[in-house]
This record gives sequence, C-alpha cells and structure tokens, in this order.
Amino acid sequence: MQFGILVNEGPYSHQASDSAYLFARAVIEKGYKVPRVFFYHDGVYNASRLATPPQDDRNVGARWSKLAADHGVDLVVCVAAAQRRGITDGVLGDNFRISGLGQLVEMGIQYDRLVTFGD
Amino acid sequence: MSDMDDMDDGSGIIKKFMFLNRKAPHGTVYALEGLEVVLITAAFDQDVSLVFTDDGVFQLMKGIDTKGIEVKDFSKTYRALEGYDIEKLYVDQASMDARGLTEDDLIVDVTVLSTDEMANLMAEQDVVISF
Amino acid sequence: MLHIVNKSAMERGSLESCLRMATKGSAVLLIEDAVYAATNGNAAAAKIQAAAADLKIYALGPDLAARGMAGRVLGGVNVVDYGGFVDLVAEHNSCQSWL
Repeated sequence: MQFGILVNEGPYSHQASDSAYLFARAVIEKGYKVPRVFFYHDGVYNASRLATPPQDDRNVGARWSKLAADHGVDLVVCVAAAQRRGITDGVLGDNFRISGLGQLVEMGIQYDRLVTFGD
Repeated sequence: MSDMDDMDDGSGIIKKFMFLNRKAPHGTVYALEGLEVVLITAAFDQDVSLVFTDDGVFQLMKGIDTKGIEVKDFSKTYRALEGYDIEKLYVDQASMDARGLTEDDLIVDVTVLSTDEMANLMAEQDVVISF
Repeated sequence: MLHIVNKSAMERGSLESCLRMATKGSAVLLIEDAVYAATNGNAAAAKIQAAAADLKIYALGPDLAARGMAGRVLGGVNVVDYGGFVDLVAEHNSCQSWL
C-alpha cells in the first residue's frame, strides 16, 4: 500500500511537519511505502538547509532528508510556493527537489491514500 | 496553457478529488494557493469537486476590492474554473446562513447543499485535499 | 472515511464542523492540539461522547502524553499510537483533514 503525505506548514511554527514525519516513519515501520512527500504553502520552508536549530532539539529538515536517504522517499517542494517564499535550488537540503503541483495531483491519482498535515 | 494537455498522468485512473476550502480569503494564503492546486488538477481529467464550508464560503463573495490592502485579487479566477471543466462547486447552506449570505452574494453559480448532502458528498470521495 | 482533526476545539471550529459532517460509522482521529477535546471535564466532552454513539472516536496517545493528558482521557475514546494511526488510514477508503 502506498501512502502520500502533504505537508502544509513549515518547521517549528506548527506541529504539522513533526506529525507528518512521525506518521511517515510509522507507515514505513508497518511495511508500507511512502513514495513521496509534497511540501506546499509554508511547508516549503522544511526544505531549507540554512536552518541551524538548537542541538538539544530535533532538526526537522534534516530528519526529512535522512528519511529520504534511508527509505527512498521523494521529497518534493512546490515551485510556486517556493518562489513566493525564497526557497530556491541553492538553499535546498539533501534529497529535497523543487517541482510542480502536478506531482501532488499524481500522488492522489496513483497512491492508495493521501494524508494532509497542516494548520 | 497548451502544455497542460500533456499533464495527464497517463494511467487512465479517474478518482473523485475533493478540495476542501474552509478559510476566508486574504487573512491567510490558503484560499489563493488552494485555487492554484485546483487549476493544475484540471489538466488531469479527474472527477473534481470544490467544497466551500465554514469561512471558505467567503472566498466566493461578489464585490471583492483588494486595492486598499494591496494584494492580488484572485476572485475572478473562480469564474474561470468553468473554462477548465471544473464545474462542481458546492457550498454548505448552514455556513452561508451563519454568515448572512445567500447565493446572490456569490460570484459564481454553485450548488448549495444541506449538512446531510454535504456529508454524503464527502463520504464518497477518493482523495480529499485540505488547505 | 477517517476524519482527522488537529486543532483545539476551544481555539477553532474544526472539530465542531467535522462532527456535523461525519457520516454514521465513520471514524474521527484527534491529533496534536485536538486531543484536548478527548479529556475529562473539557467543554467539548459532552459533544464527543454524544458523537461516540454514531462515530468511532480516537485520540493519538503520544499527543495526549506530550500535553500531560494521558491519564485524563474520556471514556469511549480509543487511544492509538502512530502505528494505530497508520492502521486507521489503511482501513478507511479515504481520509479528510479538518485543519
């Protein structure tokens, strides 16, 4: 079974990205797949490699990059939302890529489930 | 927009997509960016419904004038949806009543649903995207 | 359908809207700040318990614990962990987030 995840909010300001990450991890632990996570609205801020959060707390963006590296999850940042917010190719963290909203629609069409995490 | 013709994912799968709009325009970005997803979805030949409930009904108001707040007025885009074959716009009666609105206040033709009708519509969807 | 609510019922109308629209037999999962609605004595308790007659109500355990609410869960609310969250999404044909 394939689960798609939509993340509508940036790191730290809302719990959405945390909830989405823990959900993604649980999906994988159950033996299912998360082929892609799509970042929209302020969710694009999760992709910035410029973040330097305090060492004694989770690094939200880096955690997504590691999930992608370990389990082949495609982390897609919406180009329109990214352009509005100054998230460019030059600031992307590992394993994030910028692409169009069509990638989100494809998730809805092709996957078995699509879960939205937002505000 | 001719490049949109190539965006069909080629699988032949048609799902019932519902876009859930519950927030007022301008106070947050969700109305504008939500609409952008709908426009892209038009190219994928899916069975698309737009639902406006709670403060989402305010997105469809006539007479919007954003000059004073200096933001883009995207309200006319709702009228352009028909040209993209996105014609199923549903509005929650109770949400309209609670906000003193009638169909005459809205910028596009919509189908007004009772709570039960809206609930049943939601229950039959394959994919729900919330903003 | 699985309905997912994430904001506090005292802050936002999303829980109320969800309960109004959820059809009989559906499931409602409370996550993040929405879990407060599933605790003893809160203003939404009566609404939740009434809803539990027609709907299956769940609350995410890790979010309850993070808020010091693990010992205060309303009778009739099923506590699940993230694995249970995945099961709920898998078991229902679709899911809808009330943000």
